[in-house]
Amino acid sequence: MPKRFASIWFRHLLTDQKAIRQPGLKGKAYVFAEPDHGRMLVTALNEEAYQFGVTEGMTVADARVIAPDLLVFDGKPGRNLKLLTGLAEWCLRYTPLVQLDPPDGLLLDITGCTHLKGGEPAYLREIASRLKTAGYDVRMAIADTIGAAWGMARCASSGLIVPEGTHRNALMPLPPSALRLPIDILLKLQNLGLHQISSFIYMPNAVLRRRFGKNMVLRLQQALGQEVEYLFPIKEPLPYSERLECLEPISTRPVIEIALHRLLEKLGKRLYGEGLGVRSAMLTWYRMDGKNGNITIGTNHASNRKEHLFKLFFSKLDTIAPGLGIELFVLDALKTEATTDKQSELWSAKGGTDNEEVAELLDRLAGRIGAVHIHRYLPGEHYWPERTPKRDTDLKKAPASEWRTDKPRPMQLLDRPEPIEAMALTPDYPPRMFIWRGEQHIVVAADGPERIEREWWLEPGEHRDYYIAEDEAGRRYWLFRSGHYSASNQQHWYLHGFFA
Amino acid sequence: MAPSKEQLISKLRQDMLRWEGFRPPLPGAGHNLGLGPIAAAFPGSVFPTGAIHEFISSSPEDTAASGGFIVGLVQKLLNNGGACLWVSYTRRIYPPALKLFGVDPDRVIFVDVPLQKDLLWVTEEALKCEGVAALICETQSLNFTESQRLQLAVEKSQVTGFILRKDVKKANTTACMTRWQIRTVRSQLRTGMPGVGHPRWQVELLKVRNGKPGSWTVEWKKQSFQTVIIPQTIQPSRRYA
Repeated sequence: MPKRFASIWFRHLLTDQKAIRQPGLKGKAYVFAEPDHGRMLVTALNEEAYQFGVTEGMTVADARVIAPDLLVFDGKPGRNLKLLTGLAEWCLRYTPLVQLDPPDGLLLDITGCTHLKGGEPAYLREIASRLKTAGYDVRMAIADTIGAAWGMARCASSGLIVPEGTHRNALMPLPPSALRLPIDILLKLQNLGLHQISSFIYMPNAVLRRRFGKNMVLRLQQALGQEVEYLFPIKEPLPYSERLECLEPISTRPVIEIALHRLLEKLGKRLYGEGLGVRSAMLTWYRMDGKNGNITIGTNHASNRKEHLFKLFFSKLDTIAPGLGIELFVLDALKTEATTDKQSELWSAKGGTDNEEVAELLDRLAGRIGAVHIHRYLPGEHYWPERTPKRDTDLKKAPASEWRTDKPRPMQLLDRPEPIEAMALTPDYPPRMFIWRGEQHIVVAADGPERIEREWWLEPGEHRDYYIAEDEAGRRYWLFRSGHYSASNQQHWYLHGFFA
Repeated sequence: MAPSKEQLISKLRQDMLRWEGFRPPLPGAGHNLGLGPIAAAFPGSVFPTGAIHEFISSSPEDTAASGGFIVGLVQKLLNNGGACLWVSYTRRIYPPALKLFGVDPDRVIFVDVPLQKDLLWVTEEALKCEGVAALICETQSLNFTESQRLQLAVEKSQVTGFILRKDVKKANTTACMTRWQIRTVRSQLRTGMPGVGHPRWQVELLKVRNGKPGSWTVEWKKQSFQTVIIPQTIQPSRRYA
């Protein structure tokens, strides 16, 4: 299939945008100016200012002489790129491949897209008319090569849709400026009397290269399609992506749900056929007024089950603001993985933690409370009590080592040990009595000490001597003395946990 | 021959249990949770799985004891496969201790709910999931309507739910199958031995639907519950370690 490209040229990108923001400016001559070497230079102007004879690069003082009522606004460098990016995203509804063409254009790879709008003329008319309705003065052309489309959009007066294979003829009458050449080469061509592409297209490449440099030949060949030119899209198209264009703008919740159902069904069928499942997916919506937004979901295990994915999206559908209406939905599978073989799980009626039902449940929970709050613990290879359990969010990971059972550990552990007042008969004996939160506990039985050294390679500090102490009521506590016993160090007993 | 009066009454009792939504356990499934004499308190002498059990505790020490008792029960429930969820808002449970009560800590999924209002939503959602074998929910308050919702959820999905209520000042009515209170009691070693013995609890079954409440002293020993009959003699004071 031969490639087809469209080029959109915004003739007055910045000023048009200003007029859209401030409708009162319509019909007035105004320019954007930026400081340059101590004076203000015109960087962008509207049609009215142009009619006065104001041009780009003129100083504001000169422009004011020609056009006394000229309004001058401060220009911001890089503003055009920002606007173009927004417009390029808007254009994603017409084709997935859009490239910015600074300073004031967009390039679209429309191969295989035009039939959706009923052919190239209708396609071009729709984009151009919608941009015009929005307030942009645009010119658009379609051709076989990027160079030809660019040149036609800017220099041709008619025949903006170049039929397949005729771009060479279409380029013939155009001026050299249609070839994306730097200004010095254009001047040189002008001086030599080469006013049309047809006047130098038959010259041997070697001659052109010698006189005008290899860049000029490259541009010429690109326009003619003799040299390959690639488009660098603003958004890399994903391999698993589904689009749903709406006949009429959608703004109600039930219809959005239907649209999501359809997209998920299409995507799910495709993924199922290839034995894949979604780990992360994004639903993007494009609104009538050019705004867009997205919601992202993640799953614990690869899934292509429509009902499950729908439930995950469902909890986030509230964030969609349809405004005047949504005209396009795109569902992208950001991350896919091979699905596990479900047959094997059928045999064991209930699996372990990686059971599919449980994984789906956890996805739903994660959608509401956040995935960071759901975790497992694996044995960490540390003696320090706080580090013994190691957090992990992976449900399938098997523990690398065994859990230790040789030492008793409390059922409940305080986040930070609470200081207690304790009294021990002899320095290294367990306490005979301790006071915790104002309550006195007489210790009737105790075990210990179990000394746990601080992991000095991780943090400095004292070691701990742990004791299990049982009081008169049978309550069992995990106490420790921080550091060695010393008469000067009074506050060094802590309560760290409760045994079952 | 007409059935005798006793037979009629016992049949009627069985029927009433069924009418009240109590399902007899399926044959073959390992429903013996190793509770020993305690099991006699339940209808049909079988620990009711697929129901909500409420544990109330008023102090962190009791919460630890209840935790130990629950984990001991969950150990048997997990033998048939399925996941175990531990849902809580402020959690202090120390995962390595679960191993001492027979549950591999890596098999338990901990859900730490950041907002308290989400706690019951998470619990209900998890109780509806049939892949879950047991769920432990640590919460403070549980009113009658909430407990009814949870109980209805498990009656369909047959998940066993344990609600561990911490710092309960006043116990309100709930629709749970049972209500327990576990308190630590002094452990015992052989006479003359120093140190702390096996975990020992006073297990009080305060309420049980269609059963007989009771109170037992239970010790966790050799990875199972052992009911202890305390001799009514005055113990000699133990030597201090």
